[in-house]
Amino acid sequence: MSIFVDEHTKVVVQGLTGGQGRFHGLRNRDYGTKVVGGVTPGKGGSDVDGVPVYDTVAEAVAVTGADASFVVVPPRFAPDAIVEAAEAGVRFIVCITEGIPAQDEALFFNRLRRDHPGTRLLGPNCPGVISPGKCNIGITSGAIALPGGPVGIVSRSGTLTYQALHELSQQNVGQTTCVGIGGDPVPGTGFIDCLSAFEEDAETRAVMMIGEIGGSEEERAATFIAEQMTKPVVCYIAGVTAPPGRKMGHAGAIISGSQGTAQAKMEALAAAGATVALNPTEAAELMVEVVKNLA
Amino acid sequence: MDLYEYQGKQYFARFGVPVSPGAVADTVSEARARAEELGFPVTVKAQVKVGGRGKAGGIQLAYDTDQLLVHASTILGMDIKGHVVRRLWIEKSSDIEREYYASFTLDRSAKLHLCMVSAKGGVDIEEVAATDPGAIARLHVDPVDGLKRAEAERLVEEAGIDVEARAQAAEILLKLYECYVSGDCDLAEINPMILTPDGQVRALDAKVTLDDNAAFRHPEWSEFAGTEELDPRELLAKEKGLNYIGLSGSVGIIANGAGLAMSTLDVVNQVGGSAANFLDIGGGANADVMAAALEVINTDEAVRSIFVNIFGGITKVDEVANGVVEALRRVELRSPIVLRLDGTNAEEGHRILAGHLSDRVVVEDTMVGAARRAVALAGSGRP
Repeated sequence: MSIFVDEHTKVVVQGLTGGQGRFHGLRNRDYGTKVVGGVTPGKGGSDVDGVPVYDTVAEAVAVTGADASFVVVPPRFAPDAIVEAAEAGVRFIVCITEGIPAQDEALFFNRLRRDHPGTRLLGPNCPGVISPGKCNIGITSGAIALPGGPVGIVSRSGTLTYQALHELSQQNVGQTTCVGIGGDPVPGTGFIDCLSAFEEDAETRAVMMIGEIGGSEEERAATFIAEQMTKPVVCYIAGVTAPPGRKMGHAGAIISGSQGTAQAKMEALAAAGATVALNPTEAAELMVEVVKNLA
Repeated sequence: MDLYEYQGKQYFARFGVPVSPGAVADTVSEARARAEELGFPVTVKAQVKVGGRGKAGGIQLAYDTDQLLVHASTILGMDIKGHVVRRLWIEKSSDIEREYYASFTLDRSAKLHLCMVSAKGGVDIEEVAATDPGAIARLHVDPVDGLKRAEAERLVEEAGIDVEARAQAAEILLKLYECYVSGDCDLAEINPMILTPDGQVRALDAKVTLDDNAAFRHPEWSEFAGTEELDPRELLAKEKGLNYIGLSGSVGIIANGAGLAMSTLDVVNQVGGSAANFLDIGGGANADVMAAALEVINTDEAVRSIFVNIFGGITKVDEVANGVVEALRRVELRSPIVLRLDGTNAEEGHRILAGHLSDRVVVEDTMVGAARRAVALAGSGRP
């Protein structure tokens, strides 16, 4: 089992004919993902390395039966692309685009929440999702993931996600699904969405959560862990030494005053019963121990 | 990007939010000319991007030219919490009957816009929120619906805004919302929003943070770019397209990805060191980017060692290694460099570096091990 995507997921790539779209879309296909089509307005009828291209998502869905979309288009086009995918009935949208204005994110998030409650958006500005051995949508290198579980990973940071995958795989601990939710102000999918899905997934037996300074999502996740999670959770929060009030790359990683500090998040998570690591390597080591102790 | 008060007020004015007449001045003589044009009394306001100007003496009232000259010359050059005042905003003084508060920002938890209004303005709103939370009226605005006039009217009433000011305050909220949304602000805040004895409501201060991601649809923002306060290291990094923040430690940091870069700062701190900077070279880091990053770090005289922490995902470690080799050729590094390279094409990367290793260029296998080595070198190394 896995969450959100599996071996049956059929993906259309919005922006497949662009440089980034082609690179990542074909890379995902080569991993084994069912990349059934691409969408670029005006380029319908052509193909990219054998993958057929359609003018609209609706057309691509009608012809291929795609149920997921991978949005790889520049920031000014991403909002329309996301709404188009939702309107076409796609149930899972991954958007890796970095640099979308916050006003646009707030608008399309709420439009989807209201008009398309059955559609889940992952991102924007996220590395994507991989269910090792089954489906990879996004920019994560499939080579560093290990199929078979039992660990589910959810993270706000791209490179720290890769680091976690790599270290677990090196220790022969596999993953069910690894979700990068991204660090933008209005992420389509949050920690709690993923924790909840992992809690319900039979094959996932432990969860690694990687957070960052800023916002209060980790604190809310802590409440969820305390109240609803039966599976062990190992956490790491980046940014203990980050100076207050400065943006550290991710729009999300900004703190003001004591709100959203790494310390506050770590304390909340520890109080919720999660195991809290001080660095990514320690998080992997602690997870290896947790997995050993699973009955 | 944070705007100065005068820029914020000019931005407000574009959307019809009423502000007092005023003008900028960079010298005492300019201040005098602007004040005489506006007519006394005027308020002389230091333009710095930091709170607490008033308490620091950066806001003064001048009733005549003599007072103006004293205040302008005192405030220009004044150091307010490390920010040197280089520009003044000379504003026609307002008589103040009441001070209110109004703002729009994004509530990340609710994923909706949040409007806050209070009749207790003019002071630190976080203080009011902590001591008297009931004094702030809040309204979530769904961006799909926008702010309705009836909602704005209800909100100012709920906030306890005086009856005679309510209609104007509600109108200001509608215009401020337009400024916040169409103007692509992360924050649009008026504190205080004042009521004058003759019944006028307007913005006496302006705090505006623009969303840098929206710059592509605001060519008019270019006028703000030149006035940003950046540390010289940050300026150089910006020219080279790097995401750099200057800090005060002795270990220079280069990592790929914001999360890994933050984590690298943390690990350096955990093993007893301190970082000289945050530097994220991003996802597609190639030889040029790595060379540029090392050049920027090399200009920081406080740096005693450099820690390069790369996890290759999209970034390929062999390209990073080529970048380091290229940088070593281009730049004479003042400090020893510790590399931890893992992930995509790591083996090839290590092969590329093998011929260039020395006591000044070392490789470690783990992040923690590399942090220890870099901190040890920073302690003993010569600049």
